[in-house]
Amino acid sequence: MVFSRRTFLGTGAAALLAPRIGHAATVTDATGRALPVPQKVARVFPAGPPAAILLYTLAPDLLLGWPRANRPEECAYMLPDVCARPEVGRITGRGNTANLESVLALKPDLILDVGSASATFVSLAERVQEQTGIPYALLDGRFDATAETYRKLGELTARQAEAEKLARYTDNTLKTIMGRIAAIEPSARPRVYYARGPRGLVTGLGGSINVETIEMLAQNVAGANKGGLGNISIEQLLLWNPDVIVTIDQDFAASVRGDGALASLKAVRDGRVHLSPKMPFGWVDFPPSVNRLIGLWWLAKILYADKFPEDIRAQMRDFYAMFYHRTPDDAQIDHVLAGRD
Amino acid sequence: MTRSALPGLAIATGVLIAGLLLAFTIGRYPVSLAELGHVLFAKISGHRPDASPAVESVILQVRGPRVLAAALVGAALAVAGTAFQGLFRNPLVSPDILGASSGAALGAVIGIFLSLGVLAIQGFAFVGGLLAVAAVYVIGSAVRARDPILVLVLTGVVVGALLGAGVGLVKYLADPYNQLPAMTFWLLGSLAAANASDLLPLFGPVAIGTAVLIALRWRMNVMSLPEEEARSLGVATGPLRVAIVAAATLTTSASVATAGIIGWVGLVVPHLSRSLVGPDFARLLPTAAILGGGYLLLIDTLARTAAEVEIPLGILTAVIGTPFFIWLLASMQRTWS
Repeated sequence: MVFSRRTFLGTGAAALLAPRIGHAATVTDATGRALPVPQKVARVFPAGPPAAILLYTLAPDLLLGWPRANRPEECAYMLPDVCARPEVGRITGRGNTANLESVLALKPDLILDVGSASATFVSLAERVQEQTGIPYALLDGRFDATAETYRKLGELTARQAEAEKLARYTDNTLKTIMGRIAAIEPSARPRVYYARGPRGLVTGLGGSINVETIEMLAQNVAGANKGGLGNISIEQLLLWNPDVIVTIDQDFAASVRGDGALASLKAVRDGRVHLSPKMPFGWVDFPPSVNRLIGLWWLAKILYADKFPEDIRAQMRDFYAMFYHRTPDDAQIDHVLAGRD
Repeated sequence: MTRSALPGLAIATGVLIAGLLLAFTIGRYPVSLAELGHVLFAKISGHRPDASPAVESVILQVRGPRVLAAALVGAALAVAGTAFQGLFRNPLVSPDILGASSGAALGAVIGIFLSLGVLAIQGFAFVGGLLAVAAVYVIGSAVRARDPILVLVLTGVVVGALLGAGVGLVKYLADPYNQLPAMTFWLLGSLAAANASDLLPLFGPVAIGTAVLIALRWRMNVMSLPEEEARSLGVATGPLRVAIVAAATLTTSASVATAGIIGWVGLVVPHLSRSLVGPDFARLLPTAAILGGGYLLLIDTLARTAAEVEIPLGILTAVIGTPFFIWLLASMQRTWS
């Protein structure tokens, strides 16, 4: 084994840890299992889209492929060669499309899953690890655990220094944004309705992963009902009469102003219907991964314009450069901020 | 047929009126009876309404269209179910027996998969329903068999299963974060999004289909007899069957395109109507239409008022329809032989 002197001296912390990694270092994942850190990690299989995005932001070279092939429009915002890596299916989440034999044929050193640590996914992780003999790390996918998840992934892949950078950015973003609105009483925060579906009548209920960032910053009008996604009636929306509507649906955003039934809504009258950016990954909702971090800035700005004077264009440029490894040009920034595909 | 149809028709009309009253007065958005009266009176007389614009928009743009859509969809499914049960001489047949719902479902999920707008999705569903039944009919007629009705029903079941597999495939390929939930909600059926612009594309096909069926009411009575007897009475069973299937499919596809898959109404309501006015189609069709409209109105009122989050119509109709269906199976000998 050849040790380059530069690596050895360059990253002090990593060098101190190095002997332990070589032997029996372990990382405790979200399942509570102490996972031995693999000797060498060069190929990582992402179990689902959140894992693929998280790994791409930290260590794009390790990513074996994507749960779904990316579209060329999306690749304009990412490293072209990594973005073009093949579709490998998914092991977890809604719709399992990867065949375990093809997973094995790809010879991954690690299977990475980021998401819920409920009993279903814990047992799935254990079963896949047993069947394949490949370490299966299930990391916490909750938004406020992002920094911690980066640090754990950094240890697992021996990229601690880079992981620490991304974790710090995440911590700072959360601290800055939450600090500025901390003084605002929860009941004084804007009442937000999150609209999905072509008619905007599907919404994220209280505690659903779809409205995690919205509920951090504002009141979710549908928050009293706990659950995942729910269908509501137009009358219920009129009754809630939200201050702000955030939507991911272009059809709904385009039609809402001309819709007589919704014209009396406060958010529509005040022009506070906002179409969320979605390239290359959604800013508010899906996939539920680190892509929502820049979305948090965007949400904070549209909800509390006076408290967030920062230029969202500059922030987007920095975030994309740091996390997606490619600096977008002005035309791309306009395109993304307009919420277009 | 000596029994008077009047008491039965009166009961059905009572259900519809009760449904209309409840549906207009109950809702998530509080509207008082006085406001309701003002707005409706002002709409009819052309005066400025004496209510806030929000209340006016709730009544005229939100609740009103939804109430009308629920009544229309209920009537359409009940009429189609009645026609199919008569045509196939089988009490367990529902409007989707020839694949109309499966075809519409495949059309709709393809529309969602392609990220089309609402109108295009509804258009895909409508055309999907028509195409599916047309395919079933062409295949069923091409097969030479002693019992053309049985072949038709079997073809419908088989093609329906194939289309169901197609729906499964599209769901499997769909984006799990955005498209899959939209498909799931659509397939469960709901009138939550019904608005004024939905009413015309719904009303047109339903009115045409129902008018054709009512015009054929006497011949439909004859069609309920065994094939040979109907022919011996001088009825051209082939063309008549095409007309009945086309009319019933038109109403079914239009309602499925608007409201998604709503089972049971087309199965349950024809039976209720038959027990009210007997099997004569001249009485049965109008009764089924009125009762179906009232029945779905009551169910939809429950679906939209029980909680802040809508209960899918497909689920409510099934929860209410299943006990009835079991009772029906248990008592079938009494009513059908």
